[in-house]
Amino acid sequence: MTALLEVRDLVKRFDTGGLLRGPRAVVHAVNGVSFELAAGETLGLVGESGSGKSTVGRVILRLTDASAGSVRFGGVDVFGLSAGELRAIRRRMQIVFQDPYSSLDPRMRAGSAVAEGLEIHRLLPSAEIPGRVAELFQEVGLDPSFSAKFPHECSGGQRQRIGIARALAVDPAFLVCDEPVSALDVSVQAQVLNLLADLQRRRGIAFLFIAHDLAVVRQLAHRIAVMYFGRIVELAPTETIIRTPLHPYTQALLSAVPEPDPARQRTRIVLKGEPPKPMAPPPGCPFASRCFHPMKNERCVNELPPLRAVGESQVACHYAEYSLQPSALSHQPSASNPQTPTPNP
Amino acid sequence: MSDLLEVQDLRIRFPAPGGGVSCPVDGVSLRLARGETLALVGESGSGKSLTALALLRLVPPPGVIDPASRIVLEGVNLLELQGEALRAIRGGRIGLVFQDAMTSLNPVISIGEQVRETVAAHRTLRGKEARERAIALLDEVGMPGASTRYRAYPHELSGGLRQRALIAIALAGEPDVLIADEPTTALDVTVQAQILELLDQLRTSRGMAVLLISHDLGLVAGRADRVAVMYAGQIVEEASTSRLFRSPSHPYTRALFGSIPRLDGAVDRLVPIAGAVPLPDAWPPACRFHPRCPEVLARCSIETPPVVPLAPGEMSRCWLLVKGAR
Amino acid sequence: MIGSLGGLLRRAWTHPSGRWGALALVVLALVAVAAPPLLPDPAEMPDAVLGATPPSLAHPLGTDQLNRDMLARVVVGGRISLSVAVLAVLVSLTLGAAVGLVAGYAGGWVDAILMRGVDAALAIPRLFVLLLLLVVWEHIPLGALILVIGTTGWFATSRLVRGEVLRLRHEPFVTASEALGATGWRTIARHLLPNAAGPLLVAATLGVGDVILLEAGLSFLGLGVQPPTPSWGGMVLEARPLIVTAPWTAIFPGAAIVLTVLSVNLLGDALQAALDPRGA
Repeated sequence: MTALLEVRDLVKRFDTGGLLRGPRAVVHAVNGVSFELAAGETLGLVGESGSGKSTVGRVILRLTDASAGSVRFGGVDVFGLSAGELRAIRRRMQIVFQDPYSSLDPRMRAGSAVAEGLEIHRLLPSAEIPGRVAELFQEVGLDPSFSAKFPHECSGGQRQRIGIARALAVDPAFLVCDEPVSALDVSVQAQVLNLLADLQRRRGIAFLFIAHDLAVVRQLAHRIAVMYFGRIVELAPTETIIRTPLHPYTQALLSAVPEPDPARQRTRIVLKGEPPKPMAPPPGCPFASRCFHPMKNERCVNELPPLRAVGESQVACHYAEYSLQPSALSHQPSASNPQTPTPNP
Repeated sequence: MSDLLEVQDLRIRFPAPGGGVSCPVDGVSLRLARGETLALVGESGSGKSLTALALLRLVPPPGVIDPASRIVLEGVNLLELQGEALRAIRGGRIGLVFQDAMTSLNPVISIGEQVRETVAAHRTLRGKEARERAIALLDEVGMPGASTRYRAYPHELSGGLRQRALIAIALAGEPDVLIADEPTTALDVTVQAQILELLDQLRTSRGMAVLLISHDLGLVAGRADRVAVMYAGQIVEEASTSRLFRSPSHPYTRALFGSIPRLDGAVDRLVPIAGAVPLPDAWPPACRFHPRCPEVLARCSIETPPVVPLAPGEMSRCWLLVKGAR
Repeated sequence: MIGSLGGLLRRAWTHPSGRWGALALVVLALVAVAAPPLLPDPAEMPDAVLGATPPSLAHPLGTDQLNRDMLARVVVGGRISLSVAVLAVLVSLTLGAAVGLVAGYAGGWVDAILMRGVDAALAIPRLFVLLLLLVVWEHIPLGALILVIGTTGWFATSRLVRGEVLRLRHEPFVTASEALGATGWRTIARHLLPNAAGPLLVAATLGVGDVILLEAGLSFLGLGVQPPTPSWGGMVLEARPLIVTAPWTAIFPGAAIVLTVLSVNLLGDALQAALDPRGA
């Protein structure tokens, strides 16, 4: 069965500077990203700031133009569509934003915001729109009376739900969730995460869940892709990547996630060195300058490791088969030193 | 360890929109001893940031600290100080590290200069000596290449380095108490760990007391000696970190634990806390958590629960802990 | 959209100066609209022999040099001056908003060309252009005067609107609209324009004050509103020879100008203040 979404070798470069705007420079935000997403599946896209994860989401939806690569949605080449065809396919691929405060038009009532998609695509006669809007509000757990409210009259969690209802109105098959809970309070995060999980179960929507918080991603994602410097460095089923991360960056990321249990503090891998500048991508592995893998050598600095299969995972590391044992990185009450690497089965 | 800082019944009043008065901080009491880290945990709207500002008498107008409150730093009531004496406290005895380094740093002055300015304001160092002290401070906070980075502007630095610069400024007056208000919220996870590590080291090497304010329980777990949980302007639970995490005594704390995603996947489905955080001009009557409490009793909506002492330095505001309350 | 704009007006109302300004303007507008039928026709029976008479019970503001009732003239003149101002500002607003919206949204060379044109136009002093035009075009009809003033005054507005559009262009809610499949026109009309409405309203209000002064000045020079149509500026012009013997013929129209412009500016300031600390 063909996947719902196929992304191949996506590249996005931003040109900055030029005439009267400062020195010319090219920022390589996305440097060759490929993955597939099946219907009803959640792929978590994790990375820190500058990793390019948000850009990936926008480029897939053609909210920004890609510099190279292709995206096939339901078998259709998204980048080759005309404006009219793009508008039609936009129904099927929607986005939920991070900031509940700026993702809604401050001058529009919630009901109008949610109805916008219905109006644009003429999905219902105008008389039926309020009814449908009320249903959508209920589906996201809001009382239909919220229709009349302005964004500033709603809390962050409520605004986020309105944004989700807006995206759902056009019945999408694919939803890009760009850090949807990062700006919310802890007690509200859980509500929205549960809502997204329910929606997936009920409607069979596929999610590309972009976040920096691995613990949050873990709740919803079937598979997780870790991005570093515009590339995917590891892609694996959720449990696999959390229990046995193979790429050193993934290991460092996992070790840095705060553990809410004082008795089970992880030894944290503290990364030394500086990440490469976005303007100057190195020829080899972008993580080489900070990598702590015992087998790191010249090859890493000069030769870009491809994303390749290692067991259940895909890893972009020359020495993934020799990655550190998980036990060296798991919860230990005392500090432990990295062990001599032994090949993984 | 004697008490360095003691806050008794801190109350901050603001005029409410429809007339009347609201108290976003409503009876907060804290103790902080030298060499320890106290974490003040709460969601937005709990009043934790205002509490931090109050300690430095920086409550924004029209907010006013209730005169019945007491903030005592080594025997001196800070609320009675004026002018020079008050200025000396700010930065000199109590330092404050803000959350967002990008907006807290002056964008048109180099970071080294900003540190030097603070040094010169608090110590009797001038000119070259102040500059050298500034470089030493930048070094102490782990700024690589401190003497070169002295001339860097905030926008030229990464988030983590900016935060380090902010910490250096906070330390410039050689404070005894360091308040860190969400010092890592805007930072990446790998950098967060570094900054918290740094704060820990500084606490030990300088013998300071640290008040760590955060909304993230996970952050706090490995870093604090004691935790105070704040909800709706009050501290609802205070305990040693290990006790809090092992057996939280307040329903809000328990509910928080149930709702946060864990990396070890202990929960299959998160249990959110129903409802929303109340606003200061509409605190629920009696127990402020009662409308959302999964363990609520009839009494909770009628009578304000007392502060129940549990162990030395530990308390909780809940009827469930009072014998015979059910 | 209306709901939030209403909020803006409500907040301006709480400003004491805004309240006075608004009230004064409402009174002025009401008088200008409703009063003329109730007053003696100012064109009736010009009597050059009787001439100007000081304020009396029969003529509360006195009469001018042709013995026409001053009160009636000031009110009708007010109607004219206010209409010119409001209509001219509407013209400027429409042109400025249209250009600003398109330039800000389209960006690229469209923006560059439009804005360089605006820059060039801004470099030419408006007053000179108007003077030149009006000296050549004697006895300009009222409608043409409004158009001329309006089409020379939209440049700053377009910059303002463009600025607002640039600020909003990349906000998530605009991207959301695009993601839903909205066309550029829809995005501009439904999202960008309403959100730029606040600053536009302030600019419009202050603009009315500007045009009142401008028109009064032009009429005073004999170039603006042409007699016998009364206008405040024209009335001050006609009062020049009488300034010593019959000062009321100049004072009252002058005071009317000052009061109106002051009210407009107070209201504009209040709107500006109401705009800044926006709700949430």
